[in-house]
Amino acid sequence: MILDGKCPTGPIEKTWDKHRFDMKLVNPANKRKYKILVVGTGLAGGAAAASLGELGYNVEAFCYQDSPRRAHSIAAQGGINAAKNYPNDGDSIYRLFYDTIKGGDFRAREADVWRLAQVSNNIIDQCVAQGVPFARDYAGYLDNRSFGGAQVSRTFYARGQTGQQLLLGAYSALARQVKAGTVKMFPRTEMLDLIVVDGEAKGITVRDLVTGEVRSHVGDAVVLCTGGYVNVFYLSTNAMGCSVTAAWKAHKKGAFFANPCYTQIHPTCIPQHGDKQSKLTLMSESLRNDGRCWVPKSKGDKRAPGEIPEEERDYYLERKYPSFGNLAPRDIASRAAKEQCDDDRGVGPGGRGVYLDFAASIKRLSEDTIRERYGNLFEMYEKITDENAYKVPMRIYPAPHYSMGGLWVDYNCESNVPGLFVLGEANFSVHGANRLGASALMQGLADGYFVIPYTIANYLAKTAPGKVKADNPECKKSVDDVTNNMKKLMSINGKKTVSEFHRELGKLMWENVGMARSEASCKEAIRKIPEIREEFWKNVKVTGSGAEFNQQLENANRVADFLEFAELMARDSLYRDESCGGHFRVEHQMPDGEAKRDDEKFCHAAAWEFKGVNAEPELHIEPLKFENVHLAIRSYK
Amino acid sequence: MQLLTSSVGRKVLMAITGQLMVLFVIVHMLGNSSIFIPGGINAYAEHLHALPPLVWAFRLVMGAAVAIHILFGIQLSLENRAANAESYAVKNLKRATLASQSMLYTGLLLLAFIIYHLLHFTIRATPDIIAGVDAQGRFDVFGMVTGSFSHGIIAFVYIAAMVVLFLHLSHGIQSFFQTMGWNNNKTLPVIGKIGTVAAVVLLLGYASIPLFIVSGILKG
Amino acid sequence: MTLTLHVWRQNGPKDPGKFETYEAKEVSPDQSFLEMLDEVNEDLIKAGKDPIAFDHDCREGICGMCSQVINGAPHGGMDRTTVCQLHMRMFKDGDTIYIEPWRARAFPIVRDLVVDRGSLDRIIEAGGYTSAHTGGIADGNAILIPKDDADYAMDAAECIGCGACVAGCPNGSAMLFTSAKVSQLAVLPQGVAEAARRVCAMTEELQAQGFGNCTNHYECQASCPKGVDVKFIAKLNREYLKSLCK
Ligand SMILES: Cc1cc2nc3c(=O)[nH]c(=O)nc-3n(C[C@H](O)[C@H](O)[C@H](O)COP(=O)(O)OP(=O)(O)OC[C@H]3O[C@@H](n4cnc5c(N)ncnc54)[C@H](O)[C@@H]3O)c2cc1C
Ligand code: HEM
Ligand code: HEM
Ligand code: SF4
Ligand code: F3S
Ligand code: FES
Repeated sequence: MILDGKCPTGPIEKTWDKHRFDMKLVNPANKRKYKILVVGTGLAGGAAAASLGELGYNVEAFCYQDSPRRAHSIAAQGGINAAKNYPNDGDSIYRLFYDTIKGGDFRAREADVWRLAQVSNNIIDQCVAQGVPFARDYAGYLDNRSFGGAQVSRTFYARGQTGQQLLLGAYSALARQVKAGTVKMFPRTEMLDLIVVDGEAKGITVRDLVTGEVRSHVGDAVVLCTGGYVNVFYLSTNAMGCSVTAAWKAHKKGAFFANPCYTQIHPTCIPQHGDKQSKLTLMSESLRNDGRCWVPKSKGDKRAPGEIPEEERDYYLERKYPSFGNLAPRDIASRAAKEQCDDDRGVGPGGRGVYLDFAASIKRLSEDTIRERYGNLFEMYEKITDENAYKVPMRIYPAPHYSMGGLWVDYNCESNVPGLFVLGEANFSVHGANRLGASALMQGLADGYFVIPYTIANYLAKTAPGKVKADNPECKKSVDDVTNNMKKLMSINGKKTVSEFHRELGKLMWENVGMARSEASCKEAIRKIPEIREEFWKNVKVTGSGAEFNQQLENANRVADFLEFAELMARDSLYRDESCGGHFRVEHQMPDGEAKRDDEKFCHAAAWEFKGVNAEPELHIEPLKFENVHLAIRSYK
Repeated sequence: MQLLTSSVGRKVLMAITGQLMVLFVIVHMLGNSSIFIPGGINAYAEHLHALPPLVWAFRLVMGAAVAIHILFGIQLSLENRAANAESYAVKNLKRATLASQSMLYTGLLLLAFIIYHLLHFTIRATPDIIAGVDAQGRFDVFGMVTGSFSHGIIAFVYIAAMVVLFLHLSHGIQSFFQTMGWNNNKTLPVIGKIGTVAAVVLLLGYASIPLFIVSGILKG
Repeated sequence: MTLTLHVWRQNGPKDPGKFETYEAKEVSPDQSFLEMLDEVNEDLIKAGKDPIAFDHDCREGICGMCSQVINGAPHGGMDRTTVCQLHMRMFKDGDTIYIEPWRARAFPIVRDLVVDRGSLDRIIEAGGYTSAHTGGIADGNAILIPKDDADYAMDAAECIGCGACVAGCPNGSAMLFTSAKVSQLAVLPQGVAEAARRVCAMTEELQAQGFGNCTNHYECQASCPKGVDVKFIAKLNREYLKSLCK
């Protein structure tokens, strides 16, 4: 099937304004009759729930943490982009649009990206009004910095805690609506199924993580804002609870999953310390503004960094990408680091690391300036590694970080299942095959504050409120399915723990469907994943019962979904027989090791339809048209 | 009304009444020090009592202050205890002090002391009191005080009470500034030190009287 | 290294809890505290026992989910460090470690080391926001904010809502948490309009949720993994007194 993204036509500058006008509205008096279920309260969900509540809809919001303030958006350090052009350095909506399309290696929809760039400016204003303490200069103006993949300073930041501050802004707006009674918040509640009635999304089944109760919530529309799936690699920069579960359950109920192979590996993470590690820690890539990446020129050089003289160091990013240097986009920087390490020039224990050196900047700007800019990151680094990065260079290594793929949505952020909307990292829309730094926060908030409030009305206006009631047989069926699934998990009583399976899966995925993939490695993964999955369902051990607070069971549910999802990811990697952005197939590279796209065959989004756990999924294609940006080889030289 | 019910409001009342008492204690100490000047304290006492309406107005205000302070002190402390129902098996406090944690107890001890003290020197109902007049025909405060403090036990009780006062104020004085909001991260440590110094001065100032008398340096 | 752990185990809010003793073996100094507990849990699961329940999510010191009192100090007592950021190199072979949940009436225990901190959300709901509507907002640079004010607001905004201040406070008071939000919004022009109403509503809610009153122990600051300063409590008091004049 050829999918239609329902993009408005005409001059791109007018698309969103025109579309907003064309969409239907819901009468203010009727809004409260519509119940909207918002799953996830990160930047996307928090902003959406708050804005929809404020409009007068009756909103129920869910998250698995004990408070909406803790969603993983909180961990974003670096910043958020907007095309304000405050520094007068040549930025514009068009340039942000262009950079995002190009950064995504021409695998995103133009209209969506344009809209994102257009509303980016409103986001900053919105957040300022909420009391987000963005960095300011002495004159009191908002400060900007530059960020990976951009030659203009368009990134707004709040120390090294931008995501936290933006999320707290959205959280406070949400809190205001909770108080006003328009939003009912359900923390520690995990969505475990989507309820589809007559082809439309009308509810969800959740488990109360405190009491263990499994129940359904019905509504007139469901908005999924449940974040990304890179925890499929086990070790990643994502929070421990991040999972594909909500998206995967929706997928199993008919929603198409688009481009699952597009995952981003972040270049500046703290290298792994050992095999008992549970997660990897990201160091904001803003560090690359002042840090220089290098490795020793000679292989296997085990000298301490200070003993390696200048001329024996290889500042490989500056050498290979003179105009972007250390600010080359993430996928490029990550692969370059991996190359150095594969070439036996890596540093630190295990040789899986490269230096990020601040000595030159400290000399140029003083240690205090560096401390002012990155103090908290240096502190964090020291806590984890016990090393003082003001004195010795940091060691960094790439780690899975972000998922560009996600549930397929059209221009309205609506999936192919009517009534199911998907926002933020959980959808596939704007970042193409690679996301630029500081663009995810922008997307989450754009979707939540400025897109869904309009586009959801277009759907609701066409459907009568309260069509599905709580006693609908689909609800009972869904609750039974979820309960039985858990019972099954608990009854296995095998020998291996959930995290052992997760680790095993993660390792397999990292090695075969990680930073570099090949036909053979993808096939290997496709062969092995079902084996692990099968063993999981025979040999996993989950203690306790389902009717209580049970973190083992929560994890088991999530890992069970990863075990199914991973296979789709591997299939998509195999299918996409080209390299683009974060998806790097070793068979397709330029002589200098750059990703080599195949626009003839793959200038499209690949959206997969679920056909059964052990059945092959069906492929649907949404062709991508580039009318405003010319398809070109992405070059950062 | 908010002042009487809210968390911050009640604290502010406690701080103001506490501070009134601090001012009283400072003045009282200065007045009492006149004991070291021959005939000084008797003259001072007579001056004070010369204007009965003023004395009573003053007593009324102080009485109210003490009442408010005690009432809220007990109420807040009980609430705080309820809020912190279960205690830790192991405790490792970093900044809370013995003084800050024992405010209720030191306060109640002070109350006991004040009652005794009033019975002692103001109502003069305790058996050790020698109530006479001095050479100029004034009431002999000096004789009364030195007479009492020559009893080791009474002197000890007073000195002990002054230590309790010291504890209460070593937290209370700086706490007053924080409660009134007259603090930031630069002033806080300074005010903390000033509070401690003031409490030490009060301790020395007061305790010196029974100490000097019981040790025989100041003779009746 | 090998460590002896005394861990608080409690099945639910109403159940009596008690300490259980476990041995953590082959602990590497590079492991984080939570990774050490993960290993203990793996052993427990394999032995068919219920693993120790504890809250955590980001494991990088920012989400505020992790919450354990270690040897009597919330988050383990290392300066500016959450439990998830605490590394085992802080301990020596043979050490005995007591692990307890946050204890305060306003934080009922859910299970083992997990407590319910919804009371903190309720304080924010009472007024920890500016009533900015989505959309229709003036340009971010329309009102200039002196850098010092922005920095002051950011210092206050560092709070991760973990509740360690409550756990550490001998009065079980959430004053530091509340004051951080009040101060952040009171210093920014966007928050000034509602400042008086906000400080009253939030302190009222603090009481209603069963937190204690602040008597200036300053233990909260010492417990806070973000070093949120008690100067914000003074600021809250100031704002409160100002609100009385209105
Ligand atoms: C360490 C790190 C640093 C980053 N730095 C930056 C940066 O500097 N700039 C930038 O632009 N981007 C950055 N990103 C990316 C960005 O933070 C995320 O992509 C973005 O915040 C995702 O927001 P979200 O709202 O889509 O999802 P999340 O914030 O992940 O929220 C997901 C929500 O869904 C809920 N949820 C999930 N599953 C379920 C379920 N089954 N049932 C119920 N609820 C569920 C969760 O409770 C949560 O509330 C960073 C990411 C990481 C990991
Ligand atoms: C009479 C019995 C008394 C009782 C029961 C009592 C009790 C208390 C209590 C429980 C506190 C609260 C702790 C705190 O807020 O830090 C307190 C504070 C204080 N007390 Fe007392 N006290 C008494 C007498 C006194 C006296 C006699 C003085 C002074 C001479 C005094 C001065 C203060 C001060 C200055 C504070 C600090 C207020 C603040 O925190 O802002 N108190 N008292
Ligand atoms: C060594 C210490 C002290 C000495 C020698 C002392 C002495 C006296 C004397 C002699 C009087 C009676 C004065 C008169 O009626 O003519 C008096 C009154 C009083 N003292 Fe003290 N005092 C001491 C400490 C304190 C302290 C620490 C407090 C308070 C906490 C206190 C509170 C009072 C009060 C409330 C009165 C009654 C004042 C009145 O008449 O209204 N005294 N004291
Ligand atoms: S003030 Fe500090 S201790 Fe309290 S909740 Fe905030 S971060 Fe945690
Ligand atoms: S420790 Fe508690 S008493 Fe006040 S200063 Fe901090 S809230
Ligand atoms: S787990 Fe997020 S702060 Fe510790």
